[in-house]
This record gives sequence, C-alpha cells and structure tokens, in this order.
Amino acid sequence: MEIKPGKKRLNIRHAKFAIIIIFIVTVSGLLTSGFRSNTSHEKAWVVEVNNKDSIASVDAFMKVYQVLKSPRCMNCHPAGDIPLQGDDSHLHTMSPIRGKDGKGVYAMKCSNCHQPNNSAGLNTPPGNPKWALPPEDMKMVFEGKSPRELALQIMDYKRNGHKNKAQLLEHARDTLVKAGWNMGAGRKPPPLSYKEFVAAWDKWNNNGGVAPK
Amino acid sequence: MIKLNINNKNYELDIDPDTPLLWVLRDIIGLVGTKYGCGVAQCGACVVHLNGEAVRSCVTKISRAAGQNVITIEGLSENNDHPLQKAWVELDVVQCGYCQAGQIMSAAVLLRENKNPTDKDIELAMEGNICRCGTYLRIKKAIHLAAEMQRNGS
Repeated sequence: MEIKPGKKRLNIRHAKFAIIIIFIVTVSGLLTSGFRSNTSHEKAWVVEVNNKDSIASVDAFMKVYQVLKSPRCMNCHPAGDIPLQGDDSHLHTMSPIRGKDGKGVYAMKCSNCHQPNNSAGLNTPPGNPKWALPPEDMKMVFEGKSPRELALQIMDYKRNGHKNKAQLLEHARDTLVKAGWNMGAGRKPPPLSYKEFVAAWDKWNNNGGVAPK
Repeated sequence: MIKLNINNKNYELDIDPDTPLLWVLRDIIGLVGTKYGCGVAQCGACVVHLNGEAVRSCVTKISRAAGQNVITIEGLSENNDHPLQKAWVELDVVQCGYCQAGQIMSAAVLLRENKNPTDKDIELAMEGNICRCGTYLRIKKAIHLAAEMQRNGS
C-alpha cells in the first residue's frame, strides 16, 4: 500500500509531539519528587509496601489453616447449628443447638455441662468460661471451607465478627482459642504448637492477610 | 469455707472446693432427690438449677456454686405443686423414676423461657435427659399439659 506524503508528515509530527509530552511529564515528576519533603504520609506508604510479602503471607496461612481445620477449632465452627465432637468431628451427642447467642437454648446451654475448667477424666466435658459457638448472626463457619474461602472470610470485617487487624491479632491470644491446646484427656491437639500457631497467624496478618489462590 | 444458698436456705461448708455439687447435695446436705447417673454430664439425671440454669451437678464443682443460688427438685415448689409436678402426676409419666428429677428440672427451665413450647422446642430442651424406660412420649405430653396449666394459672 502506498503511503501518501501528507499523511506521513502528519504521523511524524504526532510522534514528535508525543515524545515532547512524555519528556516534560517525566522531568517534572522527577524534579517534584526530588524536592518534596519526606512527609509522614509518605513514610507510612513506604512501610506498608515493604511489609507486604504475599508469598510469606500465604505460606503462613497454610500453617494456620491446618490448625483451624483441626477438630479442636473446627468442632465449634460447624457448617450446621449443632457443634461437632471428638477427633472424628461427629455431631455432638445430645444435639445441642447454637441458639441466638451461640450459647445454646433452654436446658441445653453450653455452660450447663462445660464448666469454667476441664472436667477430670477421659472424654469428660472440656471447659472454659467462654464456651460457645459463634452467634446465629455471625456463624463464622470453618467446616467445609477451602484455604482461600476461609482466609477471605477471616479477612472480611462483615464475616469475621467485626474484627479489624489489631483485633484479629489479639484474637489468637484469646483464652478460648488457647484452650484448643488444653482440651482434656483423649483429644488430639492441633497439628502445630500454640506458639507456632500464633507466629504463623501474626505472619499471615502482618504480611497483608493474603488469601491463597 | 464455702457459702451458698440451697433451696432458699443458707449453708456454710468446710469442704474441698473441687467436690462435685451433686455429692454436697446428696451426702452432706441430705437432699437425695437429685440422682447420680453417669457422672460425666451425659445423662441429665443430676440436673439442678444454679442461678436458674439447668446445670449438671455431677461435673459442677462446689466452688462454682459458691455465693450462688441452687434449687433442687425438693425446692422447685413449696408443696410439690409446680405445674410440671402436677402434670407428671396427672399423666403418670414415671416408670422407674430414676431420671425424673433431672427431667423435671430441665423442663422447668424450658417453661420459664418459653410459655408455649412446640414439640420441637421440647425436643431441643430435653435432648440431654436420657430415660432408660423410654417415657419420652409421656414427658412430652406432660410438658405440654404443664405449659397449659401455667398459662391458665392453675
């Protein structure tokens, strides 16, 4: 195809104009950033970027996930309204139900059997003063969730019990969470130690709380 | 020394704080209406009210009841005339009777919180009380009757 001389001149003119514009924008950007004072706002931005390591975050979450899916955590985060029991996560005998506040109903409230401390003996009720399921309006289900689904749920303020980052970090130190490592005779502890769990939880959160693909 | 109130009477007990409430009721106070069944909170025979809640006294340490109010089957009513007790008699619910104190104490919490329970409500409330004689159907009828009596003020 033949190129008309007029058209060619127009293209060269456009290209020259574009190069000049790019040059001006680049130089002015460099100059203004170079002379700008180092504000606290800018520092915060730099810190945030440096602290995010999505690979480390996902790696840490996969450790956290093993704990959350273990019977010691998942049994009280069931998909239905009846808690699970035992290392095989069977439905709780007596079929106690969640109730509005997660603490059971009528004569079947959690604390009627679950005391402030573990009861003595094999497979007797484990205890904690806060014993409960998540409440009816915020079920925080772990059972059946993939790593990605669970990570997204925990990071979602509307689905995680309205916890911000600081509260999420604090949650790992909650006495009921910690009780998962002291569940009384006959119950297998989670696959990580409590210390390892908290370290992985913090690492996941502090590196952006990234959900695995 | 542990102080507590049982059936509207104050007690001071010099006792190991880990002693189960059930043993205090039966062996020390002499209230034997509450029964020992399984000892591990599985059967419901030992249910009493601790501040109005249907706790299992076999696993409830006396230290938890310190300074609190306990009601046993003997204290549920002054003249054995709680609607549940009247309904139980009227429908002749009991067979061997061993579990019945626990059944009535659990049902009393249900009727306090729900004046007109459905069959489903009754099942949810009574799931933790086992009856080896299988009187479940009569228990359910009696709870409905007691609820009706309660609503009618009789």
